[in-house]
Amino acid sequence: EISSHSRFDPCHLNGSHDGILCFSSKCDLDFVCVSTRGYIYRPVCFLVSAMAEERRQKHCSVVLPTESMKAMAESVGVGQLQEDSCVALSEEVSYRIKEIAQDALKFMHHGKRRKLTTSDIDNALKLKNVEPLYGFQSQEFIPFRFASGGGRELHFYEEKEVDLSDIINTPLPRVPLDVSLKAHWLSIEGMQPAIPENPPPATKEQQKAESTEPLKVVKPGQEEEGTIQGKSQGTTTPDGKGKEKGLIRLKPRSTHELSVEQQLYYKEITEACVGSCEAKRAEALQSIATDPGLYQMLPRFSTFISEGVRVNVVQNNLALLIYLMRMVKALMDNPTLYLEKYLHELIPAVVTCIVSKQLCLRPDVDNHWALRDFAARLMAQSCKTFSTTTNNIQSRITKTFTKSWLDDKTQWTTRYGCIAGLAELGSDVIKTLIIPRLAVEGARIKAVMEGPVVSNIDKIGAEHVQSLLLKHCASVIAKLRPQPDNVDQYRTDYGYLGPMLCSHVMKARTQAALQAQQVNRTTLTITQPRPTLSVSQSGLSGSSGPRTPSIIKVPSSLTLMSPRPGTPSQPSPPATKYIVMATSAGAASTQQVILFFTTTPGNLSSQSASPVTSTVPSATSTLQPLVKLESGSGAGLTASRPLQKYIVVSLPSSASSSLETKSSVLPTSISSSSLDGGMKLERSESPGASTQSPH
Amino acid sequence: MAAVQGGMGDADIKTDIKTEPSADGFGNNNANDGRVLSASPGSSSSTGSNKQTAAVTPEDQQTLLAVLQFLKKNKLSESVEILRREAGLPENSLDPKANESAGAGSGGAAGIVDLEGGDASSLLSRVTGSSSAGAQAPTKAAVAEDQPDVSVVLSAYSQQGDPTLYKVYYRDLKKFIETVLDCHRAELSQVFYPLFVHMYLELVYNNHESEAKAFFEKFSGDQECYYEEDLRILSGLTKKEHMRGNETLLDFRTSKFVLRISRDSYQLLKRHLQERQNNQIWNIIQEHLYIDIFDGMPRSKSQIDAMSGSLAGEAKREANKTKVYYGLLKEPEIELPLDDEDEEAENEEGKPKKKKPKKDSVGSKSKKQDPNAPSQNRIPLPELKDSDKLDKIMYMKEATKRIRLGPDNLPSVCFYTFLNAYQGLTAVDLTDDSSLIAGGFADSTVRVWSVTPKKLRKVKSAADLNLIDKESDDVLERIMDEKTASESKIMYGHSGPVYGISFSPDRNYLLSSSEDGTVRLWSLLTFTCLVAYKGHNYPVWDTQFSPYGYYFVSGGHDRVARLWATDHYQPLRIFSGHLADITCTRFHPNSNYVATGSSDRTIRLWDVLSGNCVRIFTGHKGPIHSLAFSPNGKFLASGATDGRVLLWDIGHGLMVGELKGHTDTIYSLRFSRDGEILASGSMDNTVRLWDAMKAFDDLETDDFTAATGHIHLQDNSQELLLGTYTTKSTPVIHLHFTRRNLLLAAGAFNP
Repeated sequence: EISSHSRFDPCHLNGSHDGILCFSSKCDLDFVCVSTRGYIYRPVCFLVSAMAEERRQKHCSVVLPTESMKAMAESVGVGQLQEDSCVALSEEVSYRIKEIAQDALKFMHHGKRRKLTTSDIDNALKLKNVEPLYGFQSQEFIPFRFASGGGRELHFYEEKEVDLSDIINTPLPRVPLDVSLKAHWLSIEGMQPAIPENPPPATKEQQKAESTEPLKVVKPGQEEEGTIQGKSQGTTTPDGKGKEKGLIRLKPRSTHELSVEQQLYYKEITEACVGSCEAKRAEALQSIATDPGLYQMLPRFSTFISEGVRVNVVQNNLALLIYLMRMVKALMDNPTLYLEKYLHELIPAVVTCIVSKQLCLRPDVDNHWALRDFAARLMAQSCKTFSTTTNNIQSRITKTFTKSWLDDKTQWTTRYGCIAGLAELGSDVIKTLIIPRLAVEGARIKAVMEGPVVSNIDKIGAEHVQSLLLKHCASVIAKLRPQPDNVDQYRTDYGYLGPMLCSHVMKARTQAALQAQQVNRTTLTITQPRPTLSVSQSGLSGSSGPRTPSIIKVPSSLTLMSPRPGTPSQPSPPATKYIVMATSAGAASTQQVILFFTTTPGNLSSQSASPVTSTVPSATSTLQPLVKLESGSGAGLTASRPLQKYIVVSLPSSASSSLETKSSVLPTSISSSSLDGGMKLERSESPGASTQSPH
Repeated sequence: MAAVQGGMGDADIKTDIKTEPSADGFGNNNANDGRVLSASPGSSSSTGSNKQTAAVTPEDQQTLLAVLQFLKKNKLSESVEILRREAGLPENSLDPKANESAGAGSGGAAGIVDLEGGDASSLLSRVTGSSSAGAQAPTKAAVAEDQPDVSVVLSAYSQQGDPTLYKVYYRDLKKFIETVLDCHRAELSQVFYPLFVHMYLELVYNNHESEAKAFFEKFSGDQECYYEEDLRILSGLTKKEHMRGNETLLDFRTSKFVLRISRDSYQLLKRHLQERQNNQIWNIIQEHLYIDIFDGMPRSKSQIDAMSGSLAGEAKREANKTKVYYGLLKEPEIELPLDDEDEEAENEEGKPKKKKPKKDSVGSKSKKQDPNAPSQNRIPLPELKDSDKLDKIMYMKEATKRIRLGPDNLPSVCFYTFLNAYQGLTAVDLTDDSSLIAGGFADSTVRVWSVTPKKLRKVKSAADLNLIDKESDDVLERIMDEKTASESKIMYGHSGPVYGISFSPDRNYLLSSSEDGTVRLWSLLTFTCLVAYKGHNYPVWDTQFSPYGYYFVSGGHDRVARLWATDHYQPLRIFSGHLADITCTRFHPNSNYVATGSSDRTIRLWDVLSGNCVRIFTGHKGPIHSLAFSPNGKFLASGATDGRVLLWDIGHGLMVGELKGHTDTIYSLRFSRDGEILASGSMDNTVRLWDAMKAFDDLETDDFTAATGHIHLQDNSQELLLGTYTTKSTPVIHLHFTRRNLLLAAGAFNP
């Protein structure tokens, strides 16, 4: 009766000791039932595990070892047991126990569980008219002790003596939560809405598999959608994997269509994210950070962010840049999203916000430094999560930062960004890259601070760089250098910054000591500031407000927790799908981007230092999108142009395959965002689909 | 059809109809007793067409006398009267010489069964012999003690053959079957499993333990994979002593394993065995197997596999020949006076035009008598009350707003998740109008939730009720105690996990069945227990109200299903015949039949009127955990632990479809209100929707198929699967279509 649904994997089953008492199973069968007088549970456990063994060895009957019989007999005071009676007993007991186990499984099945519990065995005993053993209801796993000696091995359960007064005096545990009922839409007219109550449409592993092994068969759900799309567009793509006749396996077309609800959602969210209402933005960001169904919209979001950064860098719109970075942060926080595929868009955007020469209209007043810090932290976070040996993000980013930092002509703002970006990457990077350059940098700061006043902006920049260096280096140096902090020593080692460093280091040391005490006393206090961004700029309170747990009612009909589903609400109009043309930002950007590219090279410091500048070639050469470069994972790319390949999006290959015929339709002024181009392609391919849009 | 053994025919029919399961609390009468007694409800029924009474052999008469003797001794004079009348025995036939045979062992069971027989003749008449209540509960202890019947049963194995030759015989046969023509091989291979089991048991019975073990090890691997669970039980059985009280084994012995073999194949086998003088095997085939021979082409392997898998082989063809009135009952005609006002109020223009044809269609449907329907009063049904009529009107109104479902128009699924159930949710039910949801829990409680804004209220106490003006119009509203209003109510009473739960159609009652062996009836007005129906003594796995209320059915570990009426504390019918636990019970939409699914991997359909088994469906490879009738009453769907849904044509008694896709036990099945969609919910955390229309449309119900029962199932599960919806981690244990065809699903979140 041990069904295939409950497979037992004995933890330790070997030879002959007196009853294997604990075992767990694949399906969480981790109950344990023993008693000093429990002759039944013990053998049950043993035999159930033995029967599991039996499965593998094809039905050979497993019986309890006679040793166990002797041990059990001894435990109830029967001293000398004949060998014959032992054999007879063990066979009989084994048989009875198997019966009980079979009955117990019956109770498990009817209890609609996958976990066999002690109460199942109790009930099975009742069926056999045996009094159940009371008091063995432990829900937890009870570990077994093993002991051997005198040539005998023993597994036993340690029964501690319990002081009743202790139990009486301890406060009562919290009452477990009561059963409650909650309703949600599992499916709406055949489509499963992407709400937190439902499993994400594509799991992270699935997304990963899809991005790393694009030729692998995609999961049925997505495949279905893919084919639907294929049909609606009237292309000649073979529908469905199974019916694929030709030998050529096309890379599955990634979905570029969103349902009406998703479009609404996208619109709402993007508007809220860059809008003026801070409460709404907090909700929207919360939604981005938690919603499990954003997978389909990820390309849109990523384009939105990268385009948004392009435009707003040019316009020096600090507030919007901050909002966009917060969106990046939210996306990275979402546990269900697999961002690897979109790093080529996100990283340039983030790096731009770190190192761009000018991020705001009034560099002397506005706190664009905070944005740089925030973006630097984001960068560090993505390095930590996404950097692999194949894509080498961290080393490439490091190289980029170092290169532009080393350049003499680099502006203070960019310099600040580079240092911040490097510093966030961790103490190792600080140790190897920043500290050796402290003297040089100190001299440069000194030149600005003490030299003739060139410009106020430069001075502010130098000040910020100085404090940044002090902040990050102090703690590292505190760990590196031995205790006596000598100002002169510091001066010789680090030049101009030496004395200030010395005082900072000393401060850091005392603080560390204080904290250590605090840690001892109470709990750990988190010293690392949370990577949230607070901006005080032109009436925009940029600080992340308190996030309300409830999210924007994403397509409101979807999350409808109807208290009375008895009345069949019409959840949504029939799922007519049409294609989102381009994001509003994207559409607006075409002009801007070109403008941007013509102006920026002068603005930004030098050659290929900034990722944004490196996009220029791809942007200006109109047919660049045809050159399909592999995104992030391309390993063999040279370091000289480390970021260029991020910018050129790999087109969905099916789209590129049809590009040969359709390329003439491509607008020649296509922006560097080839995703945009891809979308335009989509549009040109399917005029029918776009006219289907209901309103 | 040709029964193999002469003189086997009539006895077989009887065993088939009722095989009294011994060795449980119900009765331990010996095999002969079982046959005769359990046949009595059938013979007493007024349906006619029962040949059993004619075929009372002298031996049976002897037994009857013994039973009469026993009854008299226990002063059950009424029962004596009835039994005598039924059996047609003369008044003075009770002479002392019949003393010795059966009396002692048979406990009170004989009394019960017999009373059933008497009761069956007038379904609703009260069981007057209240003195029989004492005999109701046979003590469990008696079971464990000496069982003369078991030894009788087992003694059939006592033939002594050379134990070492068993292997040779079996291998011989195996060699022979492997060398026959392909077309016969699949059919003859069916013989392997029962032969293997019986040979093994013979070895064990005759104390050839080591030979038995060797035999088992050598040949158990050859058996079909779907017998694995039985083999495992068998492998544990290595001693003669174990054979006592082992239910599986008794089933093997008491019921013949049924095989369907074409005449050609059978002749081949017979010739071979006779040539080889292989008496050992021949004897087993003669004694323990029932070979149902048909003329025509031998069946293919897939055809055989589709039907086999049950504990006792396939169903005999004649077992499914009885006519089943699967049509629906005529709906009572109800005037819809409220309808006009309401609808007109809702939308003014255009309504009068539309309404007339609609009304007609409703009317014509109910006026025409379905030729397959039972007569209206075949089973006495309760009168409709005013409130029922109101509900019917509500139902019709809702029905007009029902969404037409289909492959292009899938239902929306609303999922009710039970949170914090701690693995304790064991049963769920929803009322027909989807206003209440009830859950049965492992901690013995039953909880009811209101899923509408209307809260649950109790009736006021008796003292307060006295103060109410009984003439007022809103008296029904006034009797409710506003102070008790809450969204959910808990009902305590059971002393074990609640495994089955069912609302009455009028929403006034709730039934729950539990491990403690009782079925309880709860009032949803007072939220108290009204009755505890005792009789099962062992865990009751499922219970369900009749679609017309009043009756309900329950089935449990004691392998019998019982039909009850709410106002009788004793069952009206006992449906006995399953060889293992009854795991689920369902009423046919016309309330004239009851379907039961069992751990013996068969589904049986029982006639409520006669108590006879009218259909046996085999084909599942695991215990059946869910059943659903199609709304038109023609089809039955069943789901089992093997993760497959099988579809059955009730009228023809045929398997008509197989839906593969689930990976774990299917705990719930439900047809949409118009029968276009079948929804299945499983332990694998999915709800799947199947195109039932297509599955039933593609049927090939030509005469040949109907006559032979051979089916050709095409494997089109993938085409029929319309949707799969995965929950996060919630096994789906209940499904329900609202009156407007919204699908509701329920289950407990399993973190």
